[in-house]
Amino acid sequence: MKLHELWRKIIKFRLFFPLLCLGIVLLSNLVQHPDFFSVSVRNGVLYGYIIDVVNRSSELVILAVGMTLVTASSGGQDISVGAVMAVSGAVCCQILSGGGTSVTEFQNPLILALVAALAAATLCGAFNGFLVAKLGIQPMVATLILFTAGRGIAQLVTRGQITYIRVPAYRIPGGYIPGIPIPTPIFFAIGTLIVVALLLKRTAIGLFIETVGINSSAARLVGLNSTRIKFVCYIICGLLSGIAGFVASSRIYSADANNIGLNLEMDAILAVALGGNILGGGKFTLVGSCIGAVTIQSLSTTLYAMNVSADQLPVYKAIVVIAIVVLQSETFRNAITQLRKKEARA
Amino acid sequence: MKLFGIKKPGNTTFLILVTIGLFALMYLAGMIVFGDRGFAKPQMFLNLFITNAGLISISCGLTIVMITGGIDISVGSVVGLICMAAAWSMEKKGASPYAAIVLSLVIGLAFGVIQGFLISYLNIQPFIVTLGGLFFGRGMTAVISQDMISIKNPTFLAWAKYKINLPDFLGSVNKRGILVKSYIYPTVIIALLIVVLVIILLKYTKYGRSLYAIGGNAQSASMMGLNVRRNRFFAYVLSGCLAGVGGFLFALNSCAGFVEQARGLEMDAISSAVIGGTLLSGGIGNPVGTLFGVLIKGTISSLITTQGTLSSWWVRIMLSLLLCFFIVLQSIITKRKQKS
Repeated sequence: MKLHELWRKIIKFRLFFPLLCLGIVLLSNLVQHPDFFSVSVRNGVLYGYIIDVVNRSSELVILAVGMTLVTASSGGQDISVGAVMAVSGAVCCQILSGGGTSVTEFQNPLILALVAALAAATLCGAFNGFLVAKLGIQPMVATLILFTAGRGIAQLVTRGQITYIRVPAYRIPGGYIPGIPIPTPIFFAIGTLIVVALLLKRTAIGLFIETVGINSSAARLVGLNSTRIKFVCYIICGLLSGIAGFVASSRIYSADANNIGLNLEMDAILAVALGGNILGGGKFTLVGSCIGAVTIQSLSTTLYAMNVSADQLPVYKAIVVIAIVVLQSETFRNAITQLRKKEARA
Repeated sequence: MKLFGIKKPGNTTFLILVTIGLFALMYLAGMIVFGDRGFAKPQMFLNLFITNAGLISISCGLTIVMITGGIDISVGSVVGLICMAAAWSMEKKGASPYAAIVLSLVIGLAFGVIQGFLISYLNIQPFIVTLGGLFFGRGMTAVISQDMISIKNPTFLAWAKYKINLPDFLGSVNKRGILVKSYIYPTVIIALLIVVLVIILLKYTKYGRSLYAIGGNAQSASMMGLNVRRNRFFAYVLSGCLAGVGGFLFALNSCAGFVEQARGLEMDAISSAVIGGTLLSGGIGNPVGTLFGVLIKGTISSLITTQGTLSSWWVRIMLSLLLCFFIVLQSIITKRKQKS
């Protein structure tokens, strides 16, 4: 009886499911590569499978944080995040190169480029927020506009070419800070997580977001400005996509409008769902989404190791998405419960 | 005022009239600016139908789904998958083109049935389900083959190249003074037939009217005794089937299958329907508007290709701007209606 109660408590724990998924993926990795968890130091930096997974999941973690807020407040997802990343990367590299396609020296200060890139991304977020919050358009349809136009805008910014920034200093945000063995993107991810978590915990906005997500019109009746709260969530999501785009462009020290953030919107949504958040809005957990993001990256790494090509990867991810949403579906759960009751009676 | 069977005067008619007017204006502008580059020839107009035959079929399917208040963003991937599957079955497995037709329809139907089931019977958000479908289809295309397969089956090529010449008065005289007949492909006839069938379905059948009722207000539709779930389910099945037909028309047009094929096509189809006056919130929509939406998209493409110096990305950007304009217009109209 005691064991039964404990089991129930464990199942009720919100992060149980996300952690279970992560555990399964990590275990399957361990079977394939017994040295999966071993970490060594090579050339003064940490080296190992697990470091690689965490490093590569950084952008996704940043995106997942923004996506969680958008999902929680508006009950819909922002599918333009990948395209906004491309815009941010393009703006950043274009300012740094001063119009050239390949430079070995910054033509403009890095801080100016970063601010401009983040401003462009925030503007994209504000555009999405305006359509969703002010005009009341379904989030996915509203963000569909930038989803398609975004990469085109990025192409226009870079004039259809890939802009290379061959400056060692530009590789730091996507690589390593000299003397520190941990990859820099991890700092970006953790920093973002901490700042947003503090913002939510120290102010009432986290509670407001949940209230608006659970019942938007009821929230308005109790005096919350649900329009503004949704709007702010989209702006934050845009800003975070901009940061992710900056890190991604630094990783490849170039602006590739076609490939930066490609298919990442799907991964970010998947991360939110895997994190145990309901895609219809309401209560949310940031940590869950981050665990989800790391899980997805490990899944991708595992599948790559199994010789699945990048083009075929979406098949597996789609199956995971559908499985999760089916499990989340109330109708499905009710049907299962009734089936069990029938069995118990028989 | 009655327009192609839509009874509700005012806003709905207004949106379709805006679409038709916009199309006429754009095409006229094209004729004036690029008249010397063939824009004034009847064949240029017919080419709009030839290149967009598949899209017309797919957009009609989306119109049906959007009238119920849902959405289907998997259609682009379904088309990519069908083209690849058709090419692969004929070239690598030696299947007959007739088998390829059946295969295309089965793929479309399968997507429709599975997605429709998840959406209507398990109450999962259409966008999430079809986003899953989008990625599944795109991934499966790569699973079949990572390389491009061109279709060389003689029967299939004969179908693809079969021209239907139109009467002389639609032709144009070239520089040497010889009359060049205008032509269309059979795909155009199939596409237009689909538009007519969808108009009949939506306007004159009980099922079609019930879709409007569900889109307007699912709860009251259910209280009126309509089987909301089953009707919704069949809307997605229909959309899947029309995507299947559209996919085959696409294969006839491109004669090849490759991984990147029709990427982003769902955007074209959705924007065509929206520009054609289909309300994203459901309840209002007309295939005639959708047809003109597709023609507007086609006109933008041909204007930009004829212009020559603009990159292909401009098509997407222009289309997004137009989509944005119409979405905002719709939201204003809906808000005004709620107030009155």
